[in-house]
Amino acid sequence: MYDTPNTERDVDQKEIKIEARGVQVFYGTTHAIKDVDVDIEDKTVTAFIGPSGCGKSTFLRCLNRMNDTIDICRVEGKIEIDGDDIYDKRVDPVQLRAKVGMVFQKPNPFPKSIYDNIAYGPRIHGLAKTKADLDEIVEKSLRRGAIWDEVKDRLHAPGTGLSGGQQQRLCIARAVATEPEVLLMDEPCSALDPIATAQVEELIDELRENYSVVIVTHSMQQAARVSQKTAFFHLGNLVEFGETGKIFTNPEDSRTESYITGRIG
Amino acid sequence: MPVLWLILIVLVIGAVGFVIGRQKALGSAGGDSRELHSLPTYYGSNVFMKVVVPALLLMVVWLVVQPLMIENTISKMIPDSEIDAGSNLGLVMAEVRRAAEGLDNAVAAGAISEDMARNARADFTDMTTRLKDAGQIVTSEITQPILAAAQQYRISTSRGSLLMTIAVIAVALAGLAWAYMQTHKDFRARNVVEQGVLAILISAASIAILTTIGIVLSLIGNTVAFADLYGVGLLVRELGHEEIARIVAADPELAAKLGQDYSDIEFGMEYYSGWARSWAGLADFFTNLDWAPSFSGRGGASSLGIIPLLWGTLYISVVALVVAVPIGLFAAVYLSEYASNRVRSFAKPMLEVLAGIPTIVYGLFALLTIGPILMSVFGDNTVGWMQGQRAVLTAGIAMGIMLIPFVSSLSDDIINAVPQAMRDGSYGLGATRSETIRQVVLPAALPGIVGAILLAASRAIGETMIVVLGAGAAARLSLNPFEAMTTVTAKIVSQLTGDSDFASPEALVAFALGMTLFLMTLGLNVFALYIVRKYREQYD
Ligand SMILES: Nc1ncnc2c1ncn2[C@@H]1O[C@H](COP(=O)(O)OP(=O)(O)OP(=O)(O)O)[C@@H](O)[C@H]1O
Ligand SMILES: [Mg+2]
Repeated sequence: MYDTPNTERDVDQKEIKIEARGVQVFYGTTHAIKDVDVDIEDKTVTAFIGPSGCGKSTFLRCLNRMNDTIDICRVEGKIEIDGDDIYDKRVDPVQLRAKVGMVFQKPNPFPKSIYDNIAYGPRIHGLAKTKADLDEIVEKSLRRGAIWDEVKDRLHAPGTGLSGGQQQRLCIARAVATEPEVLLMDEPCSALDPIATAQVEELIDELRENYSVVIVTHSMQQAARVSQKTAFFHLGNLVEFGETGKIFTNPEDSRTESYITGRIG
Repeated sequence: MPVLWLILIVLVIGAVGFVIGRQKALGSAGGDSRELHSLPTYYGSNVFMKVVVPALLLMVVWLVVQPLMIENTISKMIPDSEIDAGSNLGLVMAEVRRAAEGLDNAVAAGAISEDMARNARADFTDMTTRLKDAGQIVTSEITQPILAAAQQYRISTSRGSLLMTIAVIAVALAGLAWAYMQTHKDFRARNVVEQGVLAILISAASIAILTTIGIVLSLIGNTVAFADLYGVGLLVRELGHEEIARIVAADPELAAKLGQDYSDIEFGMEYYSGWARSWAGLADFFTNLDWAPSFSGRGGASSLGIIPLLWGTLYISVVALVVAVPIGLFAAVYLSEYASNRVRSFAKPMLEVLAGIPTIVYGLFALLTIGPILMSVFGDNTVGWMQGQRAVLTAGIAMGIMLIPFVSSLSDDIINAVPQAMRDGSYGLGATRSETIRQVVLPAALPGIVGAILLAASRAIGETMIVVLGAGAAARLSLNPFEAMTTVTAKIVSQLTGDSDFASPEALVAFALGMTLFLMTLGLNVFALYIVRKYREQYD
């Protein structure tokens, strides 16, 4: 039914990059995330799956404190990255977000040229010493975002003039340009055609060499193809978390099984 | 019958039409509204529309045309002997209207009988006193021709209104009958109503456009009259008396036309073509660096150059924008990006209240507060730069304060319209708030902000009261912001107030100033549109 998950993939224990314990999220009085514990490993792709509205995006946004920008949102519990509590008072969320990059569910290029979109992060964080450095970062990022060939002749055209799928790849390129340690991707392929999807999946696989990647997806095939670990969310609860191969072939919870076989969702 | 009643009657007919049209449509479908082409309300609206719109349209046209026609016929009744020297037909007609009104009121008050109002004749001396006794304002003795004209005026007017009432009601009923006949279950009432709505909207838009055109045309006419009069004055002054006398002596044809005693102006009107006169006037108007109208007498040596006024306008506006744009923009950024909901819900209405303060109050503020403060800083007691409270800076700062809420409230709306996703994208890359605002939010909002600034500039250019109170009335071409200056609008007011003779270049120049101002703001708005469109293309 699905691509057979490659159980021989390296599933040996890796260092824990992100450790979440007892995370609760409230939007006003809505309880969106209920007591979630997750360990996200370094150099691993972790997939979040679950029906719409179950809190995948919400949880993802906790990992780089993007929820801070929502007035009514309140986060409880503890999330540590490399052993440091990211909700500690002393932590600067701005610094944290440079380390934990994010690609959003809807493409959101800036109203600037393609070049400036990519150069935005490196410029803010002073990653390039010279113009040539910056040019190189831009080209490399666009190549990794699988969009270089399409835009190399119009780097100074506005990024908002691209198609939806191109915009999404631009946003992916923009996120990798700052060289984050963790990359959070919220349904990065929902607007992409199969070719671009394959390219992005290739990118994710490549990123895994150095980074930890968390991807939210509605495609079981995609989760099975790219991830080593999978977390299944349902109504704000983390129902099951484990090796991707195991989740897809032999889930423990009946809700997981119903979801991946298409009975709930 | 009063017009209000007539409107009410037409509306009532329309309402009845609505009900019966709806009824008939339902009836034709056997009471089942699903059988109808359109919803039952549309059949009703169709009837209502056809009753009300043509009838009211007729009424409006009638109300405009009838007085014109009556004036026309009545004015023929007035013999030339009634028009004194120094008076004209218009004044006499005003007298006739006043007398007619007086008769009406006197009848209503019971001072004279209707019959008497219609037919009184020989005892007209009595009529003047009777009207006076009835509390009417009668300026002079009412003579027989005027009384007769007034009586005729009354009769025509009342006959006209009666005819109008009948015609309007007839049209309403005809519309009712027509629409009622149409009403049937297959009639496409929905489409017809849609077209009717479209027609109403179009006519509203055309009224707005036509009014604008009318305003411009009236300005153009007077501007040309100004250029003509001003130009001829300049030209004859350049020639001089002796030269004119020589030219006339050498040209018997011209001399015959001018007759014995002619003024220089009369000579100029004959000697120069209209183009030459207007051209000379306009050229001087736009290039003369001096504004010095003389009110001593007609054709006196006035210098009417717009440049000092334009300079004052631009200088004061620039000062105002320098004050208003940064403060307004920063306030908007604070309100939309940093302020908590509580602060916003309190501060935004406050700013909007500021925007509603009449400009005269800002003018007083300039005079009573800003001027003295500036004097104490730059006045004679300290550096001695400022001689009086009225100065470019005084008016500019007051105007800037007036524009702050304008700029901030427009910019706030525009900044709020930038999608949150754009900010999220920037925060997600590790940008701080001010980086996000500077590099993402403001560029995205730029076209709107530029538009807001240009709108503010238009307001600054058109502002009058603050200038009159804060900047003084002296037209001056100077770079010193501590000197008094004046603007185009302030001069328009001063040229037209008081006992102005509308036929002198000194009064007519107001229209040329107004026309220039209109063209300037028009240019500014076109430029604003261009900027906005240019950025749109880039960012959408
Ligand atoms: N800004 C917000 N304000 C209030 N409630 C919110 C907000 N964002 C999300 N929620 C609520 O939190 C719950 C989880 O939403 P979330 O966006 O995390 O779902 P999701 O799993 O990402 O769904 P999808 O797959 O459709 O993207 C939903 O019930 C949603 O209504
Ligand atoms: Mg989501």
